[in-house]
Amino acid sequence: MVNLEINFAGIKAPNPFWLASGPPTNSGYQIMKAFDQGWGGAVWKTLGVPVINVSSRYGAVNHRGSRVVGFNNIELITDRRLCDNLREMEEVKKYFPDHAVIASLMVQSKKEWQQIVQDVQNAGADGIELNFGCPHGMCERGMGSAVGQEPAVLETITRWVMEVAKIPVIVKLTPNISDITEPAQAARRAGANAIALINTIQSLVGVDIDKFVTYPVVENHSTNGGYCGPAVKPIALNMVKNCAQHPLVQLPISGIGGIENWRDAVEFILLGATSLQVCTAVMHYGFGIIRDLTSGLEQYMESHGFSSIQQFAGKALPNVKHWEELNLNYSIKASIDETKCIGCQLCYIACEDGAHQAIDLNEDKNIRIPRINEENCVGCNLCALICPVENCITMVRKDVDKEPVTWVQRTEANHVPTTFNDELAGGLGHSVPEPMEALKYKNTL
Amino acid sequence: MAEPNNLQPMPDIEQIFAQLKPLMNNSQAYYESSRCLFCYNAPCMLACPTNIDIPLFIRQINNGNLSGAAKTIYSANYLGNTCGKVCPTEILCEGACVFTKMNIRAIDIGRLQNFATNNAILAHLKFFDIPEFNGKSVAVIGAGPAGISCACQLRLEGYQVDIYEARNNPSGLALHGVAPYKITNQEALMEVEFLRAQFGFNVFYNKRIADKDEFKGLENKYDAIFLGIGLGNSGKIKIKGEEKQNCIGATEFIEQIKNNPVLQPSAKKIVVLGGGNTAMDAASESARLGARQVILAYRRSQSEMKAYYFEFDLAKISGVIGMFNVAPIEVLGENCVTGVKFIRTETVNGKFGNIPGSEFTVDCDLVIKATGQLKQTSMIVNIPGLDMDESGRIIVDHATGRTTNPRYFAGGDAVNGGAEVVNAVAEGKIAGKGIHGLLSKLS
Ligand SMILES: Cc1cc2nc3c(=O)[nH]c(=O)nc-3n(C[C@H](O)[C@H](O)[C@H](O)COP(=O)(O)OP(=O)(O)OC[C@H]3O[C@@H](n4cnc5c(N)ncnc54)[C@H](O)[C@@H]3O)c2cc1C
Ligand SMILES: Cc1cc2nc3c(=O)[nH]c(=O)nc-3n(C[C@H](O)[C@H](O)[C@H](O)COP(=O)(O)O)c2cc1C
Ligand code: SF4
Ligand code: SF4
Ligand code: SF4
Repeated sequence: MVNLEINFAGIKAPNPFWLASGPPTNSGYQIMKAFDQGWGGAVWKTLGVPVINVSSRYGAVNHRGSRVVGFNNIELITDRRLCDNLREMEEVKKYFPDHAVIASLMVQSKKEWQQIVQDVQNAGADGIELNFGCPHGMCERGMGSAVGQEPAVLETITRWVMEVAKIPVIVKLTPNISDITEPAQAARRAGANAIALINTIQSLVGVDIDKFVTYPVVENHSTNGGYCGPAVKPIALNMVKNCAQHPLVQLPISGIGGIENWRDAVEFILLGATSLQVCTAVMHYGFGIIRDLTSGLEQYMESHGFSSIQQFAGKALPNVKHWEELNLNYSIKASIDETKCIGCQLCYIACEDGAHQAIDLNEDKNIRIPRINEENCVGCNLCALICPVENCITMVRKDVDKEPVTWVQRTEANHVPTTFNDELAGGLGHSVPEPMEALKYKNTL
Repeated sequence: MAEPNNLQPMPDIEQIFAQLKPLMNNSQAYYESSRCLFCYNAPCMLACPTNIDIPLFIRQINNGNLSGAAKTIYSANYLGNTCGKVCPTEILCEGACVFTKMNIRAIDIGRLQNFATNNAILAHLKFFDIPEFNGKSVAVIGAGPAGISCACQLRLEGYQVDIYEARNNPSGLALHGVAPYKITNQEALMEVEFLRAQFGFNVFYNKRIADKDEFKGLENKYDAIFLGIGLGNSGKIKIKGEEKQNCIGATEFIEQIKNNPVLQPSAKKIVVLGGGNTAMDAASESARLGARQVILAYRRSQSEMKAYYFEFDLAKISGVIGMFNVAPIEVLGENCVTGVKFIRTETVNGKFGNIPGSEFTVDCDLVIKATGQLKQTSMIVNIPGLDMDESGRIIVDHATGRTTNPRYFAGGDAVNGGAEVVNAVAEGKIAGKGIHGLLSKLS
């Protein structure tokens, strides 16, 4: 039997899916509704210093028929009164004692921090999340990412909080920094119980090319915002993995950034996250996606024989290595399944113009299935990624009898290219057409 | 008090002939264009007789460059809007779309093409710079798709172009032949007007050029002459009684309907003779206009029909009944048609023949003969040195459209024996280039 329950740094929840702090957690009404539909926890829309919001607030990246593959906002923390939020928090906890309610906080002075921590504890919060991530509006006032980008400041404030906290404290990190593990280590040093990442990425989501202003437009002007949604998942995954692998971090990780379906969730867990937070996908589709998230996660765990999240958390981490530890002798070549090929020739032009000229067209123009030239194929994957047919191009292993060897080993054996024209350089055997040959296409297009 | 039963509701022509390919709205165009894969050497493009760069114009639509999309289309095909609506896309571009290989619906290329060009037509966009008069002029006979296309191409090179058209409107069979649920008369006419305004060719209506002297006159006046005369009237089937009242040719029947979309009140039971696309159209249109029974009778088996499968499907959906392996032997009736006498046929060991003694009669009050259009041979013989093949098609050099009389070029149905609008457009354009190739050398 699969059990989705988690105990995240002491915060218990019926499943790992939490609403991330944002518009879906603006009110007790929304959070109750979400819990009722199956969400395991919710991080309350950040409480703190009073603010006023503008309109409009959002912008999006759409891609060929898909709406909101990337999402951008210039919203600030909650603009509702603290007393209303606290009263609703108490009510939610009364109805859902077993669900995780986490109060996200952002204030300025030590006094404010320690007061608000006690307020939310009194309201019954199960945990606290420190918002050191917001990359717009708040950072100009010395909060949000302005804190997250300064490990020393982050450490100090976290210590203030830890002095009074009786419930687990999560530090939410900003990705707007070169090395995410630095603030993560600072959180650890300050005694935080967990980290959450990523917050939004500082961004300009686009430009209104007729009005000469970036989105979202507020009257005639705009400002940079925070980027999130499916497009940011790869960035979040990398940062989660960096924190999970770092020996001086070693804190439970709540994974955030572009989670929209159970596969995304599994990926975050495999890289070390043990709770998951979702914002944009709920803003796009509503709370109902929880049914797909939990049922998908359950079937994945069942089919892999995992009975708890802990059993596979971080399972991919040992396999993410430095480049120089990869096997240089591993060799794959593209292979086209001719029974599946639809003859779009996208693989051909991708390899021809964008890679290694390793795919040929048939001389007989009526035969549209391209052919792989294995000599030239470097096994880059490009064609397989581009082919619109499921499992039509596969990458087939060819190095059966070769011992694995890494850059590290070859360096030790003194067998690496060292000069610019070195015979040992990898591309030497690869045939590249002469420049002038390019012009023969001029008349055929 | 009015008798409710006598009140025949006025047939709603727009509903009866609802467009098979209605204009897309912006969302439809956006989502549909999003699906296109931007194939390399795109098979859809290779399947288009005018070689429109389909992946390019679809991408332009998707990326919000509608006028660029229309320009891409018009640069390859001067009747891009008409073609988007009337082309048998199932066997052309859409039939070649790679999605069909995955059993996924092909990209709606025709409708996207129509979407982009419709926008250009309504906005009176101009895509082409017409150069100064180059001192030479060309006569085009026939303002059908072939003639219009040739005229546009020639105007691009600065020729004066005068089109002589026998009818009182342009667009040829695209106007008076193509089924009304494929394109409205207004749409067909609007595109030609859009082109005329842009390219500035002249059209002289009600000018049939047919006799020797008229051709002589044109030869004296113009540097070259293009024949885009299409085909002639429906052919005879050569059976007894076919001269009776209410036994008419399909193209004539369709032309009447396109001018005035009602059936004559006596036409309740209709027999359509033939197995080509025109037969399908005549039958579908009759059924849609409310005939009580429409029987499509074809001499051979269903699979031997020349009509596209989807045209027969459409006829069936409209209520047409197919009758196969039956040959008409007599049209019955006094002055007016009362029925058709058929004999059953069969193919035995590859030999096609009638089954003796199998005659039977089908009652009807209208017979539509859709067994092909005649060639305009009586007119063509008036042009000296202009050769036709044994079936009356004008012989041309396919690279230039030049006929065996060096002053004359030709294209469209008159050359290919009856194909599609898009073929006529392609051939008209080739001939336009051919004429320029000739005249620019002669300067
Ligand atoms: C019933 C029917 C349905 C069709 N449906 C479709 C369809 O759905 N899709 C499609 O793509 N194609 C369809 N076609 C075919 C298409 O209409 C023709 O292939 C196309 O119109 C041919 O163009 P054209 O310019 O060669 O000839 P036409 O369109 O026939 O134009 C010839 C023009 O020349 C004029 N003309 C003829 N002789 C003279 C003369 N001596 N002097 C002056 N003018 C003259 C005529 O009046 C006419 O305007 C259909 C045809 C028919 C008959
Ligand atoms: C396969 C690959 C290799 C790249 N190699 C280089 C490189 O050698 N030097 C460089 O400055 N950027 C390199 N880039 C980064 C690109 O120049 C570019 O900054 C980046 O891909 C973002 O642009 P895009 O979204 O259009 O791809 C590479 C990108 C890719 C995809
Ligand atoms: S794997 Fe890369 S190099 Fe090989 S055929 Fe595909 S695109 Fe070309
Ligand atoms: S991309 Fe795939 S489907 Fe397209 S031609 Fe290449 S192998 Fe065939
Ligand atoms: S074949 Fe289909 S998918 Fe490919 S370019 Fe043409 S319309 Fe687009």
